[in-house]
Amino acid sequence: MFYREAGQYKTSYEADQALFPIRQDLVGIGVILLVAFVVIPLTANDFFLASIMIPFLVFSLAAIGLNVLTGFCGQLSLGTGAFMGVGAYAAYKLTTIFPDVNVVFLVLLSGFFAAFIGAIFGLPSLRIKGLYLAVTTLAAQFFLEWCFIRIPWLYNYNASGAIEIPKREMFGVVVSGAEATPLARYFVVLSITVAIAFLIANVLRGRIGRSWMMIRDMDIAAELMGIRPLQTKLMAFAVSSYICGVAGAMMVFFWLNAAEPSSYSITLSFQILFMVILGGLGSLGGAFLGAAFIWILPVALKFIPGAIGIEIGAETVEHLTFMVVGALIIFFLIVEPHGFARLWQIAKQKLRVWPFPY
Amino acid sequence: MNAFVAKDELPQSVPATNSDVLLRVDNVSLAFGGVKAITDISFDILKGEIRAIIGPNGAGKTSMLNVINGFYHPQEGTITWRGSVRSKMRPYEAASQGIARTFQNVALFKGMTTLDNIMSGRSLKMHRNFFWQLLWRGPAEREEIEHRRKVEDIIDFLEIQAIRKTPVGRLPYGLQKRVELGRALAMEPELLLLDEPMAGMNLEEKEDMSRFILDVNQEFGTTIALIEHDMGVVMDLSDRVVVLDYGRKIADGSPEDVQKSQAVIDAYLGVSH
Repeated sequence: MFYREAGQYKTSYEADQALFPIRQDLVGIGVILLVAFVVIPLTANDFFLASIMIPFLVFSLAAIGLNVLTGFCGQLSLGTGAFMGVGAYAAYKLTTIFPDVNVVFLVLLSGFFAAFIGAIFGLPSLRIKGLYLAVTTLAAQFFLEWCFIRIPWLYNYNASGAIEIPKREMFGVVVSGAEATPLARYFVVLSITVAIAFLIANVLRGRIGRSWMMIRDMDIAAELMGIRPLQTKLMAFAVSSYICGVAGAMMVFFWLNAAEPSSYSITLSFQILFMVILGGLGSLGGAFLGAAFIWILPVALKFIPGAIGIEIGAETVEHLTFMVVGALIIFFLIVEPHGFARLWQIAKQKLRVWPFPY
Repeated sequence: MNAFVAKDELPQSVPATNSDVLLRVDNVSLAFGGVKAITDISFDILKGEIRAIIGPNGAGKTSMLNVINGFYHPQEGTITWRGSVRSKMRPYEAASQGIARTFQNVALFKGMTTLDNIMSGRSLKMHRNFFWQLLWRGPAEREEIEHRRKVEDIIDFLEIQAIRKTPVGRLPYGLQKRVELGRALAMEPELLLLDEPMAGMNLEEKEDMSRFILDVNQEFGTTIALIEHDMGVVMDLSDRVVVLDYGRKIADGSPEDVQKSQAVIDAYLGVSH
């Protein structure tokens, strides 16, 4: 009833190729941005911003990064955590060497280091496909983690072996380090995530995005259409690692304040991969939904017993959360193996023809 | 031998000389280990003709197409493309030189829409780099629209307007074959290789496809090399036919000549020894 594009005629290819060709989608995304940029900062408390929204946005961006590689280019990777780590350590070294340069600029710059490393570890993808490629990216994961532990230069020879983010200001506002307010961090993280999501959406609907999907769907046919497999795959690795690197740098600069090598372990890689699979391979919106499910749901579940007046121990709540989230993951994968993005599409299709079944 | 039906309709109709040969295959042999797929085959494809390659199953027809578009590299023999001997090349190089093909088993990009599939055929002609693509507004969008117009022409030509935004995985088989032809046409090829374009189609779909192939040949002047098992289609459409059996060429000539050839009859019907 309220989601129906009947009567919205497109008279130009510009309108037909727009990012949100249906007016309701455009309004919807406007409302979401309004809530994110205005309503949440005005109403939310520090806990909500620091423990829910900031990590959610960081994970969303990382999931977008992995989605570019796995969902759009079809190359399975388990090195996401390490590529995020490369971004984090690169940003840390950059801000150590250039303390006066804007920290947001350095975070965005650090992604290029991750892109470079990602492209190198993407080289085997020319010969190896599927699960075997995942194993070679696993090598990246362990090698890079080893670097973070064994090369003291990377963490400025700290006794703790961890990187601690110094205080950095932007336009007179402290945005990183322990003194930064959650609100300032939130705005930085939100802006970067929205900007990168928007830019990558542009790439995905154009020539380059199509060439990635060609490789994903039928690599032999893609090559016969004139796509160079190596360049295309390496570009996907580089772009994906860039985004993951920026997400990793944001993770330590604007959320954790300090990180050790184990922050970027294989566990993180799997977490991001689950977000992508649950959210829906090959969907940017799905990356946000998957991140919300994996990160926000457990936090929310921990508060439910207290909120409805049941007194149970903290560790019991923890275990219950694990069980509930695990069961829900299995449930959703059985209901819709293509993830939340597909569920959302089905819901939209149903709305479109409502009140009729088809 | 020289009954070139389509050639007479070409504007620049000149007697067949070497300059009219678009692609020539000389003494090509291809083996996979001990299995000889192609043995010492020579033939040529003239500019503007429809050339059929036929033969019983396992005769080496598809291997021949794979050799032509660079997917396989023959151990012996040469391939001359537009007058110059072609060195060993990758398939994407063949594509950039103007060779397009369709596949025996539909090889569309299943997750993409019909429109995106046909747009993918324009990949080689689009050049805006990553940073323009990031911005979208401006050059990247203009380029996209310019190619979209060409693609829409193909969609009109193939009468598939209604399925423009449908993911091809959901289309029936006959339409998928048509989209695949559209994708190859979007490359604006000089030589179009069709691997069993009518396989698994009903009579009506075959007639549609035959009409499209003739239109492509006559209106766009595209040279076509065609593998097909439906002999009625082959004899009606093609200007010249080359017949393979067990990796060897057993006949070459006009459809009428080939039909009369004893070797061809033996290959298809079998002989008592």
